Amino acid sequence: MRELELLIIGSGPAGLCAAISAAASGARVLILERSFAPGGQLIKQTHMFFGSERQYASHRGVDIAGILLKKLEEYGDRVELMCNATAVGFYEDNVVTVLKDEKEYFKIKAKSVICATGAYEKSLAFPNNDLPGIYGAGAVQTLMNVYGVKPGDRVLMVGAGNIGVIVSYQLLQAGVEVAAVLDAAPKIGAYLVHASKLARMGAPILCSHTVKEAIGTDCLEAAVVCRVDERFQPVPGTEQRFDVDVMCISVGLSPLNELLAMRGVEMKYVPQLSGSVPLRTENCETCIPGIYVAGDASGIEEASSAMAEGYLAGLCAAAALGHVPEDYEARRQEYLRQLEGLRSGPVGERIRAGMKLSAL
Amino acid sequence: MFEQTGVATREMVMEKFPPIERINKGPVAVVECYQKIPCNPCQTACPFGAIQIGEDINEIPRRDEAVCTGCGVCVAKCPGLSIMIVDGSKSPDTVEFRIPYEFLPLPAAGERVVGLDRAGEPICAATVKKVMNPPAFDRTPVITLEVERKYLYEFRNFRREAEARG
Repeated sequence: MRELELLIIGSGPAGLCAAISAAASGARVLILERSFAPGGQLIKQTHMFFGSERQYASHRGVDIAGILLKKLEEYGDRVELMCNATAVGFYEDNVVTVLKDEKEYFKIKAKSVICATGAYEKSLAFPNNDLPGIYGAGAVQTLMNVYGVKPGDRVLMVGAGNIGVIVSYQLLQAGVEVAAVLDAAPKIGAYLVHASKLARMGAPILCSHTVKEAIGTDCLEAAVVCRVDERFQPVPGTEQRFDVDVMCISVGLSPLNELLAMRGVEMKYVPQLSGSVPLRTENCETCIPGIYVAGDASGIEEASSAMAEGYLAGLCAAAALGHVPEDYEARRQEYLRQLEGLRSGPVGERIRAGMKLSAL
Repeated sequence: MFEQTGVATREMVMEKFPPIERINKGPVAVVECYQKIPCNPCQTACPFGAIQIGEDINEIPRRDEAVCTGCGVCVAKCPGLSIMIVDGSKSPDTVEFRIPYEFLPLPAAGERVVGLDRAGEPICAATVKKVMNPPAFDRTPVITLEVERKYLYEFRNFRREAEARG
């Protein structure tokens, strides 16, 4: 069994930043990535990111992945990145079981573990929601922006949060017509600058609307949508039919952190963070010393916060292993300040409430 | 309404425009950022300090029209593509806009295009004067268009005639 100092599960924005931070302090790091390439969701983000310079604002997500990987190279053999490697179990003695290339199965024992496993897309129940042509918005983004495959000709987007609105814009860029963007909520959840970008391209956004059913025999041919009242109940007689060959479901993400639950980390359902999350200290450490969490696995937020959390978790995990840089406290305070800044505005209200509920 | 459609009202738009006297003097940035979100690249990008957000990254940017030169560096830097440059100094009948445009194929200088409002509705004809797409803009091309002056507060986007025909 391989033994090592610090294991980071996931190479998205949180995992990569955690690795950079820990390696910079002198820790030896192994990063596991279940996909064939590192970067997590960054590699399909063709839009410019928000935030400040410190979180690479104005750069496109896909380029941020490149910037972070280049930084990681500076630490040479202190950092190992293993792709096509899925962590499938996490046990009491800090043993993590890994499935590599879908055939090789082995164990790793780490002194410290940072769980940066991200999130999964929520689904929506309606008749015929299993017809081919109905995707998660994230899947369509992967198809288009990673594989260069146009998913269809005319799309109905269900969900006007940041992902729904951004993916709709990228669908327009790919030459796909956007019939409408729906949201059951009475207000657009996305940053309104994103919504305005879409609106001025002529794609209508319909709040207080939901999908009633999908229509098609072998694949999606149309969708029936209707208005909902303030209790999210369908309003009879408000049905509208859209002839579309693609429907994207973008009704939110949930933290993906079953590994932590399996390890015995204390978890709590926090609606403001979109699901079950580990309780943790301000340094991102869970109730089990040496086990950390960063990014969407700790609650759904933006990539900018995931990066700041990653840097913080990597710094603190390395320090607990004895790699304490001279400017440790100054850097720790800097990352905490960045997180406070990113969460301080009105759109951060939910996150602030969620943080309180999940604090150790 | 804005929070349901993403289409800013006339009153909201007017608040972001400097006085017409300033527009007639020469190019100036209009920053259509209406919501407090954690973002500040416009402030970082401005070489003249004309756009201020301040300590709290969530504050709405304030553009000082006396300091702004209309250089346009901020246009391709705003992740929300919320900034455009307006210039009323070229002619009494028309105004020039510089807007970000991330769609291919790009138009060519001299091309006649369809001017769109904030809801994507066609409102006027527009002429492409210049297409800028240098590496520094990082794949957010900025298009200069000439539009009849009466559409100053409505024009916000365009589509190519070929697409309109298609």
